[in-house]
Amino acid sequence: MNATSRSRQRRFAAKQRRVWSLVRKETQQIVRDPSSIAVGVVLPVILILVFGYGLSLDVKNVPVAVVLEDPSPDAVELAAGFQLSPYFEARLLTSMSRARELMLARQVDGIVRIRPDFARRLSQGDAEVQVLVHGTDANKARIIQIYAQGAVGQWTARRAAEGKDVAAGPVIVRDRIWFNEANDSHHFLVPGLVVLVMTLIGALLTAMVMAREWERGTLESLFVTPVRIDEVLLGKTIPYFALGMVGLSLCLLAARFLFQIPVRGSVWVLAGGSMLYLLVALGIGLLISTATKSQFVASQVTMLVSFLPAFMLSGFLFDLRSMPAVVRAITTILPARYYVAILQTVFLAGDVWGVIVPNAAVLAVMAAVVLLLSRAITRKKLD
Amino acid sequence: MLESIGRILGLTWKELLAVLKDPRGRFTLLVPPVFQCLIYGYVATYDLNDVPYAVLDRDRSAASRDLVARLDGSRAFHRLADLYRTEDLKTAIDERRVLLVIGIDSDFERRLLLGQSADVQAIADGRNSNTAGTALGYVGAVVTAFNADWRAAHGQGGSQVRVASRAWYNPNLETRWHMIPSLIGTLTLLQTLLLTAMSVAREREEGTFDQLLVTPFRPVEIMAGKALPSLLIGFVQATNILLVAQLWFQIPFAGSFLTLYTGLSLFLLAAVGIGLLVSSIAATMQQAMLYSFLVMMPFALLSGLATPVSSMPEVLQECTRVNPLRYAIDIAERVYLEGAGLDLLVPDLWPLALIAIVTLATASWLFRHRVT
Repeated sequence: MNATSRSRQRRFAAKQRRVWSLVRKETQQIVRDPSSIAVGVVLPVILILVFGYGLSLDVKNVPVAVVLEDPSPDAVELAAGFQLSPYFEARLLTSMSRARELMLARQVDGIVRIRPDFARRLSQGDAEVQVLVHGTDANKARIIQIYAQGAVGQWTARRAAEGKDVAAGPVIVRDRIWFNEANDSHHFLVPGLVVLVMTLIGALLTAMVMAREWERGTLESLFVTPVRIDEVLLGKTIPYFALGMVGLSLCLLAARFLFQIPVRGSVWVLAGGSMLYLLVALGIGLLISTATKSQFVASQVTMLVSFLPAFMLSGFLFDLRSMPAVVRAITTILPARYYVAILQTVFLAGDVWGVIVPNAAVLAVMAAVVLLLSRAITRKKLD
Repeated sequence: MLESIGRILGLTWKELLAVLKDPRGRFTLLVPPVFQCLIYGYVATYDLNDVPYAVLDRDRSAASRDLVARLDGSRAFHRLADLYRTEDLKTAIDERRVLLVIGIDSDFERRLLLGQSADVQAIADGRNSNTAGTALGYVGAVVTAFNADWRAAHGQGGSQVRVASRAWYNPNLETRWHMIPSLIGTLTLLQTLLLTAMSVAREREEGTFDQLLVTPFRPVEIMAGKALPSLLIGFVQATNILLVAQLWFQIPFAGSFLTLYTGLSLFLLAAVGIGLLVSSIAATMQQAMLYSFLVMMPFALLSGLATPVSSMPEVLQECTRVNPLRYAIDIAERVYLEGAGLDLLVPDLWPLALIAIVTLATASWLFRHRVT
């Protein structure tokens, strides 16, 4: 009894030692290869800067041409409304043809046309402001339309306040954007950055490293040593897990202190969710490398199944709720989708357990499945 | 000269065989771009379709029902729930069950009939503030239409100012018309660059690059032999995506294919040049791949695909001048939607040519540099 427990203890100690030495070897490889460091540290920093400063869906200071064909005080006042708006950088013109030229050269993104009969029709009760937008970037064009509507609405409200006879309403929309009152797109783009960084470190780096060992045959030489397969897998995952956590901390620090994104939920929930996702990503990386055993194919497959879906199908940029049902069904097998839901909620809304618990549960199941699967596949390839 | 061409073609053939003989390699290069274009074509949209919303109608009058019916009638929303208590509103949004809640006060109709103004609350989930903003814009449009009809029906005067909007080149403002032409460049860039970067790195890792160097091949010929297969595969990929755009999504094509392909060939040259540059720096396949990612990520993110270049800060806008994808997206979009000819595209074409020349020259210098 005592002897068996002692031998079990000894076996466990040996196991620990073997895993530990594998971890040390892997860590040395990471530190020595400039490209691993590049992905683990440089890439997060670049992505932080690109996301924080480069990506923005907010439309501000849009260059527009205001064509004032009616010199009446009413029309001039309306044109001034566009010039005062923080959303527009209005250029006052008097000829439509010049405005057309500017739009074709993409020097302005929209034309606001106040026709010669504006004041006359206003006195008759039905005036029209024409807004032309350049439709190639449809999202931006629509935002410009909404802002133009807003600028006209404000002008109407001002006139109503001055006691002039204008029809405001009767129904007035009081809109509010919860969790992001300032309507700042960084608030949802920066959490998305965390997903990309974790995917790259977790899946891409692991897939490449494992595939290289297969390709060079070094994994097979490992098999003749007393090291067992789950020990090899552990030795591979632990260093990259640590690297992923470094990337995560970098992103969180930048989000909090560089871009002042609020973290309304608890940091521990954020860390817990991230660890789960990182495990899934690592598992996917291991699976791909074992299944392909070629660095070239592994790199292409990882990009196709992990990185691009994390970018396009996870809901961090394009809202899942407006996707067609078929595509939405496809996204349910993507781990990134659940991680994005957790991130956006914890960052912007707080610890809403109704969102966090189900999503975290799915991630946990996925992590268990991919890790067990990669262990099973690796073993089968042994014989 | 003729000999040189023969050698280049020989190397190209060998290179194509190396990539395409592996069925998995063949598959990953040719099939996924088509699938991706199909899926992302549906996904990559900022338009709202069938977005769930809820109504907290405290009035339950004919007027409030009319307003809600108008929201239901727009393709953008579909009503998931009728709420009865203010507390439900919070959980519905918190737990992401709905994107938008419309609140109508109990005196809504009474105030309207008295000729007073009535408020409608629209609360949107700002966890994706872009979607939230778009949804509120739709609500605004629906309410504006409601107002106009109400005033007309109840003879309430007051002069009104209508905003008549029209969009050039994309009358219904479909994001898809912008996204799919942009995908031609994006999907092609990702794989072409990676393929080129890996091709030299693989030979280096396997030691066959040294063997290649002792053959009569000159470095420029080796480079051409490595560049041509990637160019060819890039063309095939671009054509496949173009076919999906034309045959499946039926995006209207206003320009000429010749113009598009002229732009594409310069773009592919630039992409291959960057790939060769990466591969002349990388010592192993892993490095080649990771460095490719290091350049591709900023390229893809700062290209105007997902967010407009003009919304970026000035400094970054200047940085995007070295990004071939930015020009490719601009070309594809303008040829597709505006029908722009080569003369209008010159500002996009010469930077691409410049990028191609600089990267190819540097890569070839680096190859030679490594030889000596």
